[in-house]
Amino acid sequence: MSADIEENVLELQGVVVTFGGLMALSDLNFKVRRGTIKAIIGPNGAGKTTLFNVITGSFPPTEGTVRFNGRPIQHLKAHNIAALGISRTFQTVELFGNMTVIENVMLGCHTRFRTSFMASGLALPQSRRKEKQIRESALKILKFIGLADKFKDSADSLPLGEQKLLEIGRALASEPELICLDEPAAGLNETETYVASSLIKAINAKGTTVLLVEHDMKVVMNISDEILVLNYGQKIAEGLPEDVRNNHRVIDAYLGGVA
Amino acid sequence: MLRIAKLPIAIFALFIIVFPWIARQIPAIGNYTDIMVFVGIYCLITIGLSLLMGYAGQISIGHAAFFGIGAYISGVLTAKYGMNAWACMVIGMTVAAVVAALVGAPSLKLKGHYLAMATLAFGIIVFIIFNEEIEWTGGPDGMSGIPGLSIFGFEFDSVERYYYLVWGFVLAAFVFTVNVIQSGTGRALRAIHASEPAASAMGVNVSRFKILVFVYSAVLASLAGSFYAHYLNFINPSTFDLFFSIKLLIMIALGGMHSIWGAIMGTGLITFLSYEWLRYFEEFEIIVYGVILLFVTVLLPDGLAGVPKIVKGWFRRKVSDER
Ligand SMILES: Nc1ncnc2c1ncn2[C@@H]1O[C@H](COP(=O)(O)OP(=O)(O)O)[C@@H](O)[C@H]1O
Ligand SMILES: [Mg+2]
Repeated sequence: MSADIEENVLELQGVVVTFGGLMALSDLNFKVRRGTIKAIIGPNGAGKTTLFNVITGSFPPTEGTVRFNGRPIQHLKAHNIAALGISRTFQTVELFGNMTVIENVMLGCHTRFRTSFMASGLALPQSRRKEKQIRESALKILKFIGLADKFKDSADSLPLGEQKLLEIGRALASEPELICLDEPAAGLNETETYVASSLIKAINAKGTTVLLVEHDMKVVMNISDEILVLNYGQKIAEGLPEDVRNNHRVIDAYLGGVA
Repeated sequence: MLRIAKLPIAIFALFIIVFPWIARQIPAIGNYTDIMVFVGIYCLITIGLSLLMGYAGQISIGHAAFFGIGAYISGVLTAKYGMNAWACMVIGMTVAAVVAALVGAPSLKLKGHYLAMATLAFGIIVFIIFNEEIEWTGGPDGMSGIPGLSIFGFEFDSVERYYYLVWGFVLAAFVFTVNVIQSGTGRALRAIHASEPAASAMGVNVSRFKILVFVYSAVLASLAGSFYAHYLNFINPSTFDLFFSIKLLIMIALGGMHSIWGAIMGTGLITFLSYEWLRYFEEFEIIVYGVILLFVTVLLPDGLAGVPKIVKGWFRRKVSDER
């Protein structure tokens, strides 16, 4: 079992999610190998975002287990899961619009630097020191995602492409082991898409495991190590990109619709 | 970073220091120092409450109860049991903190505005206790004989001395709160305000922060209550009724929910209205507040704190028109 823990960052077993009568995920099983990029694809309404919500603790699954580094996490709250090392972005941008670019990333550091209410109210040296570290750490990330020169701008003043990058930066700030990206290229033009997919590759090259939901097949085929295909909450295929591309069930359910 | 400028705080502190002297020079406002003591006491409450409303996005309709808890604990323990007044203040704040955690936790763990309902019920219950526990509280007639405050033999026995004592605490609470807002805690609170799902996905324990701020605001309200009791030497339940809780909300709405400066301005204005300028309206006072509130929500969505921005906007438009 310990070898398994080494190998897989994430493992889902028999995960079911129902909303009233609707089965959004049914008996889902899969693993994510450490250090890989795994893409989840499928038509709208297939259950991809629901899957992310379950993994990151927005709500618990109706049934089944989610293991992170071998440890069941399906009963944990979102903030506990974040502290364990899973981070995410949102399909529709959920930035803190009332804050600046750098503050958004600084908030992403929340799990790494704890300050008490008392210490910050009294402005103790330790809390000032931490605040400085957080700032430096955030600035480094802004350089990495290419937004360092906009650090003072208000987050909601950025164009969509940069907002999506900033969300990725905020998610990176917690130094996660696993990052879940929900349609990072949606709504982006070709150049922006290229920037985003290069960034995802760079994140992965640093050792972070990536779980990627994306509709842009060029991005998916280019950067994923493995692909899982969902349809109506069920896994209909899983494997290497070239295998999935040629799978007839996938072509019927998803790619066929496009071609 | 969210920076609250230091200069205005310094200017404000200076104003507070010289105010009693100014009031002494002008007979017409000779009693204003006394009213300013009450402004200070109420500011202690609204500073915490504005953090709760403006940053944690929660409404409490029961802060009169925490105010009353401080006042009655100080009053009863000093007048009836002769305990040290400062120790009683700390006891009051501790009790308020525990009670706030118990009242707040269940509703703040849920999404939505359950805190408003929980605190409404809580405020009513506490008000009933103040009225019914006659043996301790003196019931509706209130209790008198609460001693004044002194430290190392120095008596805060004049209006001006008490004024400086209370405002010293107000400024300390103000600076403390500003520090909190500018720290990681404040950032977490603003994040919660903007997007709870994103905040919790980034590791922010949303309910913990809301409870923390609620407890903090209750502790400040209790401290204010202790100061109130020792200043008037007499308390009765009607001070701590539902209307007072609502009045606190009006102060904050008038000042501007998203600014601590707003809380101070709103508190000052409403307190002077009710203690001085609207004294002759008596029961109609509440109608005046209603009208004020209506005007503010329609004309000044950011309250008094938003006025400088509006004026700047006019000025800029005027300058560009003239060009
Ligand atoms: N909170 C919810 N309540 C009810 N139904 C939901 C909820 N979230 C998602 N669904 C439904 O679950 C299904 C899967 O949705 P979703 O996970 O968003 O799909 P995808 O991200 O693959 O497009 C859809 O039919 C959607 O309407
Ligand atoms: Mg989706």
